[in-house]
Amino acid sequence: MSEKRMFIKGNEAIAYGALAAGLRCYFGYPITPQNDIPEFLSKALPDAGGEFVQAESEVASANMLLGAAACGVRAMTTSSSPGISLMQEAISYMAGSELPGVIVNMNRGGPGLGDIGPSQGDYFQSTKGGGHGDYRLLVLSPSTCQEAYDLIIAAFDLAFKYRNPVLVLGDAILGQMKEPVTTWKPEPVSPAEGGDWRLDGASGRPKRLLKSLFLDEGELAGQNLRLDAKYKSMQAEVRFEAYQTEDAELVVVAHGSIGRIAKSAVRSLRAAGEKVGLFRPITLYPFPTQALAELAAQGKRFLTIEHNMGQMVEDVRLAVRFHADSGFHGLLPGNMPTPDEIEAPIRSALSR
Amino acid sequence: MKDELVFERPSVMTDRGMHYCPGCHHGVAHRLVAECLVEMGLVEKTIAVSAIGCSVFLYNYISVDTVEAPHGRAPAVATGVKRARPDAFVFTYQGDGDLASIGLAEIMHCANRGERLTVVFVNNTVYGMTGGQMAPTTLIGQKTTTCPGGRCQDREGGPMNMAEIIAGLGGTVYSTRVALDSVKHIVQAKKAIKKAFTIQEQDLGFGFVELLATCPTNWRMTPLQANERIAKEMIPVFPLGVFRDATGEGGGK
Ligand SMILES: Cc1ncc(C[n+]2csc(CCOP(=O)(O)OP(=O)(O)O)c2C)c(N)n1
Ligand code: SF4
Repeated sequence: MSEKRMFIKGNEAIAYGALAAGLRCYFGYPITPQNDIPEFLSKALPDAGGEFVQAESEVASANMLLGAAACGVRAMTTSSSPGISLMQEAISYMAGSELPGVIVNMNRGGPGLGDIGPSQGDYFQSTKGGGHGDYRLLVLSPSTCQEAYDLIIAAFDLAFKYRNPVLVLGDAILGQMKEPVTTWKPEPVSPAEGGDWRLDGASGRPKRLLKSLFLDEGELAGQNLRLDAKYKSMQAEVRFEAYQTEDAELVVVAHGSIGRIAKSAVRSLRAAGEKVGLFRPITLYPFPTQALAELAAQGKRFLTIEHNMGQMVEDVRLAVRFHADSGFHGLLPGNMPTPDEIEAPIRSALSR
Repeated sequence: MKDELVFERPSVMTDRGMHYCPGCHHGVAHRLVAECLVEMGLVEKTIAVSAIGCSVFLYNYISVDTVEAPHGRAPAVATGVKRARPDAFVFTYQGDGDLASIGLAEIMHCANRGERLTVVFVNNTVYGMTGGQMAPTTLIGQKTTTCPGGRCQDREGGPMNMAEIIAGLGGTVYSTRVALDSVKHIVQAKKAIKKAFTIQEQDLGFGFVELLATCPTNWRMTPLQANERIAKEMIPVFPLGVFRDATGEGGGK
């Protein structure tokens, strides 16, 4: 593992991480605030022997991803909110056909054209499907440039482990800030990855078929049951950060960039003697329901803070419902909140 | 007397009974594609992209590695396949609703980039699978379930000539239109498919073959009437010929 320290943007950390993970094909279409990723990869990926295509649209990008994924190679597309909406059909087909691929959403404000500032408005779209039908994505939410680098590498491994698309959800804060990142190289990808299902021409073996159409009676039911079992097995991947939650009376729940800013607020409130902690889900699907339920059983109170009008709070409430409820504080999209802005709602929740 | 086998199924075709309606040309088109794959020794390196429409079940009849694409997106999926596996032989098989309507952007950009793959385009002037609605290739005056009074130029626009449109794009090496209504035309069609496949094998660029085909069911015709309609009504609007041939072998512009 050759390590190197670099001072780079979150978007660049994603591009470097994908290269380190063995990215072979990248497809994308320009949209702010993630353009650094395709701009970087348009040179770096061909230099590394891979394929870069600027597609005619996000619809095409996601379908190119589907095609490359069907061949069992490591492939990725990146975009931001409206672009991700356009990709949803292909993502649903990938889930239905059980194809691995990595999709990065540097979330911006919506609905509609909204603005290009940071937001967490795509939580529902990311975690509850987004496209049509009964399916789930593994969803990872990094909060620092280092974590972006680490999680994009994990995303490729998970995509192949589960033969499922993996979504990495960031935002304009993560994409545009610069920090020191320690890059590292994972084990090289086996050229045989995706071995028993990938398409490479049926030489010396029976043909293979990757599809999501199941018309015969009971066939789709069987497929959906199998998929459901797979989604349940993803529980093994739950990741979260619990910071000073042991003796906390109030647990702040926040993810991604907001989770990181909330951590600063919690740290300064701790310094002021307040019994407050932070719970930061890293996997948004599977959601760390069990861990939150355990905290609730210890009698803690909860405050969910998001950069939207209230989306993840529904999952938090489901998790804690047998013992507690969760308050909610929504930060308005379009700008980067400061720890002070986050401290105020936490203080008022503490005094309630 | 010894039996002599004069006609058999190409080895890459399954013996499954086809689901296509009597007189439908999808079966003929499948067979031509299959014969070319076998005769050119491509079977073991082929990755097919099946599209949405009556032909989505291509993979039930032709035994090659296959991935299914969303409606209209086969050229984008095929781009991903070919970029991931440049050594594979890649083709899409698409209907007119799929290719000329919802997937117009994907086919044009795929051709324009000169992706090293082959598109087999089956033009039957109607949406077959969904029950006979108007397609971008529906003829003026042709009645469909969504233009019951007949397609009207002023209201719905005219039929789109895809082989000519694709021929005008820079990455296209070969674009041709053939028909499946007579033995002579079927022989020409096979030659065209073979040539397009060869162009991919030579890594020259994008190849496009439009096949004029029947849909007796949605045309509300007998198979014979449907066959005759191709010569009488379709060829005058969709002329047969080579619209681009950049291999230098002549025949096109
Ligand atoms: C996104 C989307 N829109 C609509 C459909 C419904 N649909 C299925 S087949 C089809 C038309 C196919 O027509 P064509 O490509 O001409 O093929 P044919 O059936 O005539 O062979 C449509 C609209 C779909 N499957 N997906
Ligand atoms: S509906 Fe038309 S295109 Fe479809 S199988 Fe029947 S005849 Fe063929």
